[in-house]
Parts: sequence; C-alpha cells; structure tokens
Amino acid sequence: MVVLAINGKRIEVNVDPTTPLLWVLRDHLDMTGTKYGCGIAQCGACTIHLDGLATRCCVLPVSAAVGKAITTIEGLSDDGLHPVQQAWVELDTPQCGYCQPGMIMAAAALLAETSNPTDADIDKGITNICRCGTFPRVRAGIHRAAQLAVEVKA
Amino acid sequence: MTTSLRTVDISRRRFVIGAAAGVSGVAIGLQLPFAKTRASQQPLINDEINAWVVIHDDERVVIRVARSEMGQGTLTGLVQMVAEELECDWANVSWEFPTPGQSLARGRPWGNFMTGGSRGIRNSHDYVREGGALARELLIAAAAQGWSVPAVECRARDGIITHQPTGKTTTFGAVAATAASLTPPDKVTLKDPKDWRLIGKPLARLDTVDKVTGKLRYGADLKLPGMLHAAIHACPVHGGKRVDFDAATAAKMPGVHTILPVGDDAVAVVADSWWQAKQALDKVVIQWDTGKNGNVDSAAIYAMLKEGLNADDVFVGHSRGKAAAVLANAREVMSQEYSYPFQNHAPMEPMNATVVWTEERCEAWVPTQNGESALEALADAAGLFRDKCEVHKLILGGGFGRRAHHDFLVQATEIAKAIPGTPVKLLWSREEDQRRGVYHPITRCRLSASVNDEGLPEALHVRISGQSILHALRPALGEPQIDTAVFQTLAPEGEHAFLYGIDNFLADHAMRNTHLRPWFWRGVNANQNVFYVESFIDELAKNNSADPLDYRRRLLKDQPKALAVLERAAQNAGWGRELPAGSGLGLAVCKAFDSYVAACAEVAVIDGKLHMKKIWAATDPGYAVNPQQIEAQVAGSFVYGLSAALHGELTLKNGQVEQQNFHTYPSLKIAEMPAVEVDVMPSGGFWGGVGEPTIAVGAPAVLNAVYAATGVRIRHLPVKEQALT
Repeated sequence: MVVLAINGKRIEVNVDPTTPLLWVLRDHLDMTGTKYGCGIAQCGACTIHLDGLATRCCVLPVSAAVGKAITTIEGLSDDGLHPVQQAWVELDTPQCGYCQPGMIMAAAALLAETSNPTDADIDKGITNICRCGTFPRVRAGIHRAAQLAVEVKA
Repeated sequence: MTTSLRTVDISRRRFVIGAAAGVSGVAIGLQLPFAKTRASQQPLINDEINAWVVIHDDERVVIRVARSEMGQGTLTGLVQMVAEELECDWANVSWEFPTPGQSLARGRPWGNFMTGGSRGIRNSHDYVREGGALARELLIAAAAQGWSVPAVECRARDGIITHQPTGKTTTFGAVAATAASLTPPDKVTLKDPKDWRLIGKPLARLDTVDKVTGKLRYGADLKLPGMLHAAIHACPVHGGKRVDFDAATAAKMPGVHTILPVGDDAVAVVADSWWQAKQALDKVVIQWDTGKNGNVDSAAIYAMLKEGLNADDVFVGHSRGKAAAVLANAREVMSQEYSYPFQNHAPMEPMNATVVWTEERCEAWVPTQNGESALEALADAAGLFRDKCEVHKLILGGGFGRRAHHDFLVQATEIAKAIPGTPVKLLWSREEDQRRGVYHPITRCRLSASVNDEGLPEALHVRISGQSILHALRPALGEPQIDTAVFQTLAPEGEHAFLYGIDNFLADHAMRNTHLRPWFWRGVNANQNVFYVESFIDELAKNNSADPLDYRRRLLKDQPKALAVLERAAQNAGWGRELPAGSGLGLAVCKAFDSYVAACAEVAVIDGKLHMKKIWAATDPGYAVNPQQIEAQVAGSFVYGLSAALHGELTLKNGQVEQQNFHTYPSLKIAEMPAVEVDVMPSGGFWGGVGEPTIAVGAPAVLNAVYAATGVRIRHLPVKEQALT
C-alpha cells in the first residue's frame, strides 16, 4: 500500500512501488488528465507538480512521490480558472490538446518561480513537445497569465 | 450532465466522456451485454430537425459533424457553417459526432467522414451549409403553420423566428418538435457570402475548455467497465513475421491475464493495467523472421534512389514544351540534387483503440481520421457484418495522416476477439509508434535547367526518384502504376498546380519503393517538392544575379493569386532592408491543397548555429471560415514542417527504424520557434485547404534565408549537424 497526497487529498493505492507515478494516476486512480507521450521524460505530456516543481512523472517511481505534495492538472485549480488556464482559453491555445495539460503544468510552475518571465525564461523553462505547434500561443499565453495573476492580486 | 471523471451509468446505457456543461461531449452508447436491437433502429436524439441539427426545447442547439477533430479546428469551422445558415444563436451551440454506423443505416446523410488532405471544409462546404439551411426552413415552416401565415413572411435570426408583417415572434425551441415532423423542401438557396455573419469570424473553438482542465478523454484515456489493457510488440522490420515466442516468465508477472499472438507479426500482453502489460511484454522473448527486409539499411535505399535519378523507366506527370530536347541542346545546364528523408507522424497521443467483441456484435472507440474506414476495418477484423459493428469516434490527440491508417484497430480487434465480452484497450508505446509507423515517403530529386538571355529558365526538368504512397495503397495492381500524387505542386493544373511560367517543363518520377510503408503525412508530397523547386529557383536567381523576389515575380506573371501572397509576405518582412552580417531573408511560395501560400523567413546564423527569428506568412484560402484558426494552423505548420526539416529523419539498420523515441527523433522546441506573423488574405470565389499547404513553404523559406545569410546551400534534409558556415 502506497499513501500519496494528490491535489490536497490523502489517497491510498495498492500498487507495486516501482510503478511510475504516471501509471498510478492514469490506470489506478483514473486521473487521465496527465498524459502518456514518450515514457522517457522527453516530451513533457506527463508533467505534474511535485512539491511545486514541474516533474515528468512517467519515469518517477511512485515510491519517490510518497510524502510529497502531488498536483495534477485536475487539481491545478478548483474551477479551471488558474491564470494559465484562463489565458489558454482566452487565446484558444490548444489545438489537438493532448500535450496541453503537461504544457499548462510546466507553465504554471514557471510562473510560480518567475512571476513575470521573459521570452528567454520561457525558452529555458518550457521544453515540452507540441507536434501541432501551439508555441506562439503558449508563449503569448504565459505572458498573459503573468498579467492575469497580477490583476487577481490587485 | 455532470462532469465528474468516469461518469459511467450503465443503467441508462449512456456513457459520457469529459463533457463539460455547455460544451457538448462525446455521448457513447455502451451496451454490455449488447441489446438485440440495432442502434440504428433508435434515433440518437429525439429532438432532431434533420441529420445535421438537433434543437432542444430549452433552445440548446446541437450540430453534428462527421469529420474528425485532431487539432486542426475543422469541428468549429463546420459548426460555424451549419449555424450560419441555421440562423441560430451561437451562444447556444454545441456539437456531437454522428457514428459511422448511424451514417450507414441512414444512407450517409453526413457524406464522407474522411478527414485529411485539408479537405474538411473545402470538400463539404456546400452540403454542410445546406443541412443548416434546410433545418432553418423547417423551423420557419413550423412557426408559420402555428400562426397560419405564409412561411415567406417569416424570417429567422439568432434562434428567433419573426412574422415580419405583425412582429410576432417565437423561438427555435418552441417550434422544434413541429419542425421535426415536417417534410423538408427539395432545395434551398444558400446565403450570399456578403451576408455571412458567422463564417469569416474569428470565433473561439468549441473544444478548448475541456482541453485545458484535463477533463477531455482521448482514446488513450478511455476507461470502460471491466476493461483490460493491452500492450503490443510487432516485428520491428516491416514485412517480417513472428516465428515463435516464449511467454513463460511474462505469464507469471502481476496483473497479466493473457499473452497472445496477434496477426502473423505481433505479440500482445493483456493485463489489469497498461504498465503491467508493458512490463510483461518486455519479458516475452519473441523470435522474428525478418526475411530479406532484415538486410536493408539506409545506404541501400540511398543507392536505389540515386540510380532512379538516371533511370529510363519513369512516369511523366507533367510535360509541356520540349524540356528534354531544350536541355540536351543547351550551352549550359545547371543541375542540383536534393533529398528528403523518411519522417514519422509522431502525434502526441500514441496509437490506441478500445474494442469489445462478442459473436453477435463488436464496438470500438477509436481516435480516427476516417470513421467509415475504421468501421470497415473493424468489421473485417471482427468477422461480422458492418451493421453488427459500431465505431465511436473520439477527439484525436493529433493525427497528421497517421490515424487514417487503422493497423492498430485491427490489432485491438484481434485481441478483443480472444476475450469475448471484455473491453480491451490497446495502447502502443512511443517506441512501437516509431517502429511501426506508416511514413512520409523518402525521395531524391534532381533539377536541371537552362536559361534564356534574360536569365530565366527556358527549360526545367524535375526528376523525382522515390516512394509512391498510392502504389502502397494498391499492391493488388501488381505492376507499378503512375502515382499522380507524387507530382503535388508540379501538376499541370488543379489543386496542386505548378505555378511558374516556364515554356519547357518536365516532371517525371522513377518509382523506387522500399519495405517501409509510405503514407500521407501532413502536407504529403508538397513538402519535398516545394523544398526542391523553391530552393532551386533561388539557386537559379543567384546564378543569374537576380533578386530572388524579382526573379519569382517574372515567373509568376500569369499567377496573380500566387504573386499576391508572395508580395505580401515579402512586403510584411521588409524585403530588401539592411540586415546585420550573418542574417538573411528567404522566400518560398506555392499552390497546394487549392490554397496559395507564401513565407518569408528571417534567420541569423551565429557561430554556425541557426536562429530562426521570424516568419511572415501569407495565405489565400479563397474563403476564410475562421481566421484565428487559420492563423493557428499556419503557425503550427511551421513547427511540424521545420521539426522535419531541421531535426527529423528516420534511418534504417538491419531493416529497422533506428530512431525509437523523441530523444533521437526530436521535435522543434519553443526556444527554437521563430515568431510568426500570419496574413490571412481570402480573395473569395474558391475554397482552399488550410491545415497543410504552409508546411511546404517553411523549409525552403528558412533555408533560402540561411543561404542569404551565409552562402551555405542546404540541399539534403534534415539540416541536423550540417555545417552552416
């Protein structure tokens, strides 16, 4: 039995502790917002937050997540209104959308660390793959989310 | 309907995936065990006005879309077109996919389901709009009947019907039930484009919200009651066979249900979770017979393509004037070779399908670009008639052509047959997706030209050597047949017409097929042909001391639409302006998928490293249904096309694709992405495609800019480690 803290809830799951967190989320807990894309931490579709840090959980054994705060796309906001999600809706950023939960989690972690990122910060902080090519709106969306976050605080 | 995860309500025989309030989800009729009645004997939804439009008494409007949504935005565009004629209130609109089984049972009221070739809108704009218009006429007739007035005195707008002489009004919802019982008129007149209120507007997509909350269920995310998970390993050499396999160790691993042979070339493991299935699969020892294909490597394919450049057995796709004779007698012939490698589609969502099979019935949940051919593939594999089968379409996590091929669905069906009554989801690993792709064809090209006194080409010969997609589609024909698609953008006329005014022109093809299966890959054969021609035109301009823009202008005198997009892209980029050392601008233009597109790229090469600064794109698709989606498609096309041009290449060793995941088959990252400025300039009067044409101009524009910046000409893709200084 593994005990996890996911989106603020304590969750017990009966699983081999070497199973990657991604597959615990997807197959055992049916939290499928976190996506499988490559399985080798190259594409970022499986990005979650582990104690606030963007983490690619397809190569993370679930045992390594015990005792840490796990946030998935389902828990990023209560109502889908995290500034990144708002900006994404405003700009119609997703195309096929499959990479977007990971992209959004990566963007949210970047903004948590750097409240007003420059283009260079974005280049460095966002390394997710998007085959549809949403990058111009991802970049614009991060800038917009930074603005929205300020507006919310003000 | 609530939006909680895993809303499964078998008692109501309805299962909703990731449906958000206000946004239509994917309603799925799941019957376990299957009812004896056919789904087609029951209307999908009772409040249908006609096949295209459902109106509920609370004014909600559901518009049905047969084409698939894979990111390209066609879903929203097609709904806009139905709604335009329907005259409903856009705020009340949602959508749903009809199933291929319903289409079959009802005589194909939604037409073709195929979603590819940038045809989603351009090949259905008329009957889709007509569907909306007919529904509107029925609603108006129902209102008129209720008021006992002539229908011609009534008009509809924003979901409200008004009797104009008296000002009486009613709503679509109030008359929907009556409208549904009336007989539609034989024909309707579609609105004049100048009266359009929704078509041409940059409306927000209808599928965004669930994509940013993680609620949308893709095929890979599907979960059905009692479902098992399957992982598969097929022979890594295409055409190879499975000889034997040893599953002794794997069978004892946790969660494993079944280990079975699939087809003649694969082994699958079925388990409680996909991770367990995959772990066990890795422990299955499989013996392959790779046959003669097991000896093929990239060098052998290179030699075959080189030979084709000089071959006599060619198909002629376009011949005007006497190109061969003019070139044979020319004082000087300029000639260059170019090449374009195999590419994989690599959509972010790996191939998957979920199938449940019994002796009486088989249903599948499939991310597919063609619901109808998926149904055929399912029925064949299930061993049942098509009316005993059903395909439930899901929103695709990328397609790019790959999901018009249903090899994965056939496998999933075979696996499900081994476990009757139990839903099985087959999910390919990324490695399986790389190894078992159907790929962008590999070709090599030699272009030869002689010029007149003005330095313009008097003759041009484009010799292509390489694979044929159409031949792979029709192996039953035996002897190779001409593949007209090979000549996309080199064609005498039509959607892929060659643009340049060159009196003596010859395009021919030495068909040289390999054991890797070629397939439609976003942009298809325009991708390499435009790279070849637009690079070579630049070389000719340079060789004749001409400005690349002015040189093209002189060759495009009779092509005003092509010239217009080219001029616009160049103008927006500030063509001719001073640039720092190591920087350059490059152009490319083409007609593809019936649209005219151009790009002007600015690059800087610093210490041998390429920086793509910005691309100015111009697109004339005739009519622009949703300009903001066109802008997204054009920008995205650069990512897809330039990922291939800069990084993408599949090589072969012992008959197998060597690049097994994104670490060796990289995709463009945001840090490499140039700024993109898109000028959508619809000139009206025709319907061009949007999702693909721009792919073709990305690589030549960037590489012509690299040449302008450095004097280095890249003729063989991908750029990868090639020196740029």
